[in-house]
Amino acid sequence: MNPREEVLRPARRRFLRDAALLAGGLVIGFRLPEKGGRAWAAEEAAAGAAKVYPPNAFIRIAADDSVTLIVNKSEMGQGVYTSLPMLINEELDAPWERIRVEAAPVAAVYNHTQFGIQLTGGSTSVASSWEQLRRVGASARMLLVQAAAQRWGVPASACKAENGRIFHPDGHTSLSYGEVAEEAGKLPLPAEVPLKDPKHFKWIGKSLKRLDTPEKITGKAVFGIDVRLPNMLTVLVARSPVFGGKLKRFDATEALKVPGVVGVYEVPTGVAVAANGFWPAKTARDLLQIEWDEGEGAALSTAKLREDYFALARTPGAVARRDGDVASGLKAAVKAVRAEYEVPYLAHAPMEPLNVTVDLRPDHCTIWTGTQSQTLDRMAAAAVAGLQPEEVEIHTTYLGGGFGRRANPHADFVTEAVQVAKAVGRPVQVIWTREDDLRGGYYRPMWVDVIEAGIGKGGKPVAWKHTLVGQSIMEGTPMAAAMIKDGVDAASVEGAVTLPYLIPNVQVELHSPKHPVPVQWWRSVGHSHTAFVVETMIDELAHLARQDPVKFRLSLLPHGSRHHAALQLAAQKAGWGKVKPAPGHAFGVAVHESFGSVVAEVAEVSLENGQVRVHRVVAAVDCGRVINPDGVVQQIEGGIVYGLAAALHGEITLEGGRPVQSNFHDYPILRHSEMPRVEVYLVPSEAPPSGVGEPGTPPIAPAVANALFALTGKRVRRLPFARENLA
Amino acid sequence: MIAFTLNGRPTTVEADPGTPLLWVLRDQLQLTGTKYGCGIAQCGACTVHLDGRAVRSCVTPVSMVSDKRVTTIEGIGETPVGRAIQRAWQEVDVPQCGYCQSGQIMAAAALLAEHPHPSEAQIVAAMDGILCRCGTYNRIRTAILEAVKGGV
Repeated sequence: MNPREEVLRPARRRFLRDAALLAGGLVIGFRLPEKGGRAWAAEEAAAGAAKVYPPNAFIRIAADDSVTLIVNKSEMGQGVYTSLPMLINEELDAPWERIRVEAAPVAAVYNHTQFGIQLTGGSTSVASSWEQLRRVGASARMLLVQAAAQRWGVPASACKAENGRIFHPDGHTSLSYGEVAEEAGKLPLPAEVPLKDPKHFKWIGKSLKRLDTPEKITGKAVFGIDVRLPNMLTVLVARSPVFGGKLKRFDATEALKVPGVVGVYEVPTGVAVAANGFWPAKTARDLLQIEWDEGEGAALSTAKLREDYFALARTPGAVARRDGDVASGLKAAVKAVRAEYEVPYLAHAPMEPLNVTVDLRPDHCTIWTGTQSQTLDRMAAAAVAGLQPEEVEIHTTYLGGGFGRRANPHADFVTEAVQVAKAVGRPVQVIWTREDDLRGGYYRPMWVDVIEAGIGKGGKPVAWKHTLVGQSIMEGTPMAAAMIKDGVDAASVEGAVTLPYLIPNVQVELHSPKHPVPVQWWRSVGHSHTAFVVETMIDELAHLARQDPVKFRLSLLPHGSRHHAALQLAAQKAGWGKVKPAPGHAFGVAVHESFGSVVAEVAEVSLENGQVRVHRVVAAVDCGRVINPDGVVQQIEGGIVYGLAAALHGEITLEGGRPVQSNFHDYPILRHSEMPRVEVYLVPSEAPPSGVGEPGTPPIAPAVANALFALTGKRVRRLPFARENLA
Repeated sequence: MIAFTLNGRPTTVEADPGTPLLWVLRDQLQLTGTKYGCGIAQCGACTVHLDGRAVRSCVTPVSMVSDKRVTTIEGIGETPVGRAIQRAWQEVDVPQCGYCQSGQIMAAAALLAEHPHPSEAQIVAAMDGILCRCGTYNRIRTAILEAVKGGV
């Protein structure tokens, strides 16, 4: 089928139609008890959404033996359209080449097993589906076997299923899954579903090719921006150049003269220009005359924020961790160091700029977009459209990168698009230009950190006081109640309170200033800056103690700990202490736990004309049991590149309340010519799987900074490195 | 009226001559495989071939393609080089999010059409302007070398 038709056909109709066509082919799925279902799930249920939902389905097997797996996580490059089918199919055991993947519609059955809403984030897709999807696959296989056994009049326990067929106890008679799917679909779900012993895993642990590659190398994959509806207009919105600014007045006379422009509309976020295609919409938007009421946001600048943050850092903050007595510990130290750190606002800059397509009717709203956050988007869309959530349908397309930006807790881009659709009165595709995307806020927060630490007589650290200053991401979101306790947003201090080293006196304090710059989770969230601060400071302490940075860390980590193992593996594979770096090169190391996984990285770095050049990165990863090894390698490679781009170049600065950077020329991301060799090694583990999408990112900035110290003797405590004079 | 050859077939469009080829392809001809990433020739997601050479369609006015041959990701698989590259991309499992890959493949195809055995430096030079946010650069390099090895 043409992939575009596939995406465009409303899911509900598709489900019903297919169910009819297949005459009851097996459709399976069930509601698992929701662990930790939170307030927003209840909220949606109260709104009536939970009463009606499409068939609870993760698997569809048709009479022709085609197997469709419905995936409830958004594919944004992290490989869930491959890893999650692997979990189902480990138990289902259908021929891999028969498997097709479809994006789940919005329904409670597809909620995240931990978050209680439909959401892709927190590097949790595999970890949270590990039990659930294997049970889904096992249930289906049991029903198929039972259906075949009934037809043959033999006990189900004497039959076995393998590679899409059920075998009769006689050893040669068999039926395909498709041949019994209809009967299987009529059987009640088994109460007890035993899972395979991991030593019999057939797929889990093997590198399988991604199921989405063929579409992505032929231009056929449909991203949100590729959706085309009959009668659709392309819309660009002129938004306030200053965060929190409001529209005062506008003149669209010139804009309306552009051929192809259909209308110009005032919307809550600014002025929307609707046209037949992007180019006339863009041309016309450039001709709008707009006056804004800029409000207090106009006073914001990076220079002023720095000043405010450093002033705050000198005052007591909310205590996030307290072990022992840090003041006496510092007094008793033989050598002590106080260091100030700064990291900037960062934009996610996915290659596909934000976009949403909306078809709003009086009684129904259909949305096509690459979103990570279907439930909250649907609630927001329903509120704008004056509909019930179940009257809003969301088609999750491929995401041209997400990195957190497409899981906006305020549903910013979907809310606006529905407002636009309401104003325009025709199907619309709202596209953000690259400039809109980079200047649209929802950045990784800017942070100022201060650490005071000291070592005792034997060179061991005795005290560690860490103060963090930066905006809370969770404040004002539906997650605030769960994430903010006693003035501490857990996402602000993650990686700082989880300092893994054995230090007797530790204190972590947090300040969460409030101002109008919108902030959001950015690949690895709080860890994206705490790893840099913590791992460069521990390196400083190693040098203060005149010890090798790897040995120093190992001496402070419990033997047998995951940090210990990952660090040793990375050091060994990099040749740390054994191989002399090439002339003009140096090694740096960092290890950090995030999203349940521990990653150690060794970077080999040199300076070329004062610019940092990273030649090689060796990563060791403990992410529990590995589902698709090559998929893990891709994610760690990707995490390193994402973190390295930020460490080398990334910064959004503000002047007069306006973001200064606008496109890839002044917000550079990593290029081919800057790409280091990357080697990824996996620590063998039988623990349940943990995250891999984000954990590769945190250690790279400190590993490079520590290598720069080894090379130049200079401590870099600000990011990006491009700001520093290292020559 | 502007006439050109698109993926081997004669095509005509009615468009303002200044309209970038990218938007003519995406919005008028419904060929959405060519992507918008920056609009100012900084990211290469919109790379297509104009008479066999890689160009940025986001800054190529459609008037410039009059009477020329345009090849997009939808048509590159019909050429031996394009086929070899797509095979190698599949073999190495290059894409993650996939959004930049049309541009990567078009740039690689133009490179190999011109230099069937490119040096490392030629690969980097040809590919450097095509940005990827997911970190697929090393796999791209590996896949290009695979395609070379397999014979283009």
